[in-house]
Amino acid sequence: MDLETLLSFEWSLMTPEFIVLIVATLLTLLDLFLPKKFNRNHLGWIGLAGILLALVSVFGLIGRDPGSILYDTFRLDSFAKAFKILLLAGSALVFLLAIDYEPKEGRGEYRGEFFYLFLTALLGAMIMSSSGDLITLFVGLELLSISSYILAGLRKTNVKTNESAMKYVINGSISTAILLFGMSYVYGITGTTNLKAMAGMLSTVSDPQHLYLLGLAFFMIFVGLSFKIAAAPFHMWAPDVYEGSPTPVTAFLSVVSKTAGFIIVIRIMLSIFAAVPTGDEGFPMLFALQDYIGFLAGATMIIGNVVALRQRNIKRLFAYSSIAHAGYILVAFTAMSYVMFDSIWFYLLAYLFMGMGAFAVIQLITAKEGSEDISHFAGLYQRSPVLAVTMAIFLLSLAGIPGTAGFIGKLNIFLGALMVNPSHYVLASIMIATTVVSYVYYFGIMTQMFFRPAAGLARAEAAATVQGEVPAARRRLPTGTTAVIIICAAATILFGILPQLAFDFLQSNFNQFIDFMQ
Amino acid sequence: MNSIYLSLLVLSPLLGIVLLAFMPKTGEKGIKLVGVLATLPATVLALLAYFSYQGGKDLADYGEKVRWMQFGSFGQLDPNLFTVYYELGLDGFSLLMVVLTAVLASLAALASFHIKREWKGYFMLFLLLEIGMLGVFTAQNLILFFLFFEITLIPMFFLIGKWGYFNKEKAAYSFLVYNGLGSAVLLIVIMVLFAKTGTSNIEALKVFLNTEGAQLPTPVSDSVKMGLLIALLIAFGVKLPIFPLHSWMLRVHVEAPPSIVMLHSGVLLKIGAYGLIRFGMGIFPEQFAELAVLIAVLGVVNLLYGAFLAFIQTDFKMVLAYSSISHMGIVLIGLGANNEAGIQGAIFQVVSHGLISALLFFLVSVLYERVHTTNINNLGGLAKGMPLTAGFLLAGAMASLGLPGMSGFVSEFMAFLGLFREMPILAAVGCIGIIMTAVYLLRAVLAITYGRSDRQYAGISDLRSFEWAPVLVLIGLIVLIGVYPAVLSQPLESIVLGLGG
Repeated sequence: MDLETLLSFEWSLMTPEFIVLIVATLLTLLDLFLPKKFNRNHLGWIGLAGILLALVSVFGLIGRDPGSILYDTFRLDSFAKAFKILLLAGSALVFLLAIDYEPKEGRGEYRGEFFYLFLTALLGAMIMSSSGDLITLFVGLELLSISSYILAGLRKTNVKTNESAMKYVINGSISTAILLFGMSYVYGITGTTNLKAMAGMLSTVSDPQHLYLLGLAFFMIFVGLSFKIAAAPFHMWAPDVYEGSPTPVTAFLSVVSKTAGFIIVIRIMLSIFAAVPTGDEGFPMLFALQDYIGFLAGATMIIGNVVALRQRNIKRLFAYSSIAHAGYILVAFTAMSYVMFDSIWFYLLAYLFMGMGAFAVIQLITAKEGSEDISHFAGLYQRSPVLAVTMAIFLLSLAGIPGTAGFIGKLNIFLGALMVNPSHYVLASIMIATTVVSYVYYFGIMTQMFFRPAAGLARAEAAATVQGEVPAARRRLPTGTTAVIIICAAATILFGILPQLAFDFLQSNFNQFIDFMQ
Repeated sequence: MNSIYLSLLVLSPLLGIVLLAFMPKTGEKGIKLVGVLATLPATVLALLAYFSYQGGKDLADYGEKVRWMQFGSFGQLDPNLFTVYYELGLDGFSLLMVVLTAVLASLAALASFHIKREWKGYFMLFLLLEIGMLGVFTAQNLILFFLFFEITLIPMFFLIGKWGYFNKEKAAYSFLVYNGLGSAVLLIVIMVLFAKTGTSNIEALKVFLNTEGAQLPTPVSDSVKMGLLIALLIAFGVKLPIFPLHSWMLRVHVEAPPSIVMLHSGVLLKIGAYGLIRFGMGIFPEQFAELAVLIAVLGVVNLLYGAFLAFIQTDFKMVLAYSSISHMGIVLIGLGANNEAGIQGAIFQVVSHGLISALLFFLVSVLYERVHTTNINNLGGLAKGMPLTAGFLLAGAMASLGLPGMSGFVSEFMAFLGLFREMPILAAVGCIGIIMTAVYLLRAVLAITYGRSDRQYAGISDLRSFEWAPVLVLIGLIVLIGVYPAVLSQPLESIVLGLGG
């Protein structure tokens, strides 16, 4: 490739990626050369500015026709744009949390890493959303994963953190290996790694031997990806990793990384397996495999919600809750209805705000206590009513109560599952039944916040409040976390009451994602 | 057609919530005053609507409809497909329910003077609950109905769990899980209908599902319709409650603060009946007729089960709780009859029981406030200490057991009249329940008012200033309906003819 071809590419399509890359590099260099005294939190603000700039550039690219560069390895279609918005918005919120994050033992000399590793992880996720080739897809995935492994283990002196990072590395690598193995079959059959070319080749496959191999490849790839989205029965790493990681990292894994996981699932599955014809009528192979995905979705919802009932650690509880939410989204994917893209996107949007908001409150509460037991929420309503009410909004949204974005998201998924013919009654029923199960633990937290009196340290604080002193919770409300809580609460309510704002945005800008496969 | 009258009516308590949010936590008097006043606009507007309807105004004028959201990208195809509107409206039945809700809410707010702590949170939740209840009865599509239905769930959970009696948290959870399951089943029905027809408007669904060869995105077979109706029966059966699904309701009646129970037993239970009539009977008339016998049997079971168990209770609140189950049986009996008299009886019973149980629970709250017990054995001799309270208690019990001249009589008479025409044997069995009602109510009330006096009533005052208002209003309405039932039957004429015919 000579310089001329290199310059002939329409590099502006990659503007958001370039911005993130440049900022990440800049932060690395600054961290290296700046004196030790320099407060590394400033790096966080620079990173945040970079992310917001990238977000603006994505919005600037919205009107542009779908295009691809670098020999079709990088595509900018509606799908990429829509999901990049989610990734960037999620990361911006994570940054706000990360700037305020202060573990008990302090972040010491690792503050800088904290920020630019988030950026590289984000870059990986963005590459995934835009890739038109298995190679770039895999590179993006690895960039995301490896950054996440380090992030998970950033509290070096904490035993649980070390355990979680170790588990994450081992599980993640195994799943990557399985995924690659599956991909190798597809590559072997088609002789190309380009998704579009693959789809073209596969649409003519008729040899039953090849179909058999493709079936194997499907299971391998699906298992590998299930690890990434923490779907049952490959979810076991999630609770440990979520519990041990620093809270902003947990939020990142549970929201941004999960979004990225669904991006790769949709990219690979729809590009490759929807193109394979089976049977006499040329029914896409993916439809024939719907039941397996549905089974996994059902199992994920049941396991996530039922095990969450027994958790006392708030972060473990949210890990299981996050597993359950992955199950709900898988329902939308299983149904493959007309509203699949819309419903997945909207649900991830809703989950972004409610999940991130909940983690912001968790970070605020647990940072002071040094432990994450659910009882620290006891009496929160007395100590700081506003915090308790916002947390209640997030919990209600997670539980899917009307008036919140979570409800509209669930309704949308539900509608998709029932709209197709034959309708997925069983899956829809499991979804709704497990939602009711989830009431029990979400309302359990609310019981703590509203009904129970505060205990220990919190009680002293509540007493101080009564005597007119300013309680610790209010004395120093960190700006970043407060901003996250306010933004998330407002968005959760806004999209719950006026969901048409988001639907109109989708419909007018992305036109049903019809350019996904072109 | 687009007036904002109903939106004002339904959302008027919101004003109170906003006001309360800015009030200091400790100003007890001010908070209670705002709490009570905030329920009044809805009452005034509801009564105004009722009287202007009596004066000849068309209820359709109150309708309003605004585009809310559209699922999927069907906009270019058909702007109505999978679109949910924010639409409110009134018909005769829902008008009655709205008036009942608004009046009871104001009275229950008055009764909330007994609340001892955290008035601010209490009244904010109370008003939210009122919005939910008013919305349920005015919503014109299933998704909006569900939204308001769930809005009642959350405040109830907190109101029971925070301001209730000893076992409040258990009662709150029991309420949440049972009703959560009920509404889950309801949501399935709603979404199946929505996904198959592309609309959730109740009137449109009635037309689509009962017209041969209607154009639908996906066909709905008869067996699916039957399944949906049975699911509806379960969903609203939890709410009503129908016999095996009732245990949560007993806990709530006993543990929740009495002012909330007034609303719960007066209005919230009635949502079950409303839903069955409006959706079950309205959308699936053929299937409903097939299930009529089952519903009548369930009704008789409810009636007898409630009556017999009420007979052996020692806690007066439990007597009233079982009496509610028993009385809801009469609603089912009326529906099971599935003819004009039966349905009218059922709706009468809904309104009448709403008033009667609100009265009885208000008196319970008055009693509990003074003597701190509701155990029948400890209450004996009330007539000596609190003659007025005792007198009204007796009057309430008389209304409840169906004394002619009071609202209970009209509704029971009509419901049984309907059932005797269709299934005389079942109706005869059900009559045992009527007798049992008299027996258990008289047993309880006589033991309280006369009985052996175990306690000194010295120093305990009878009904006081503001406590008169709920008692007089409720008794007045009960007698009014008993003497002149046309106040109810007139708005219902068009409905009942449409349903039972």
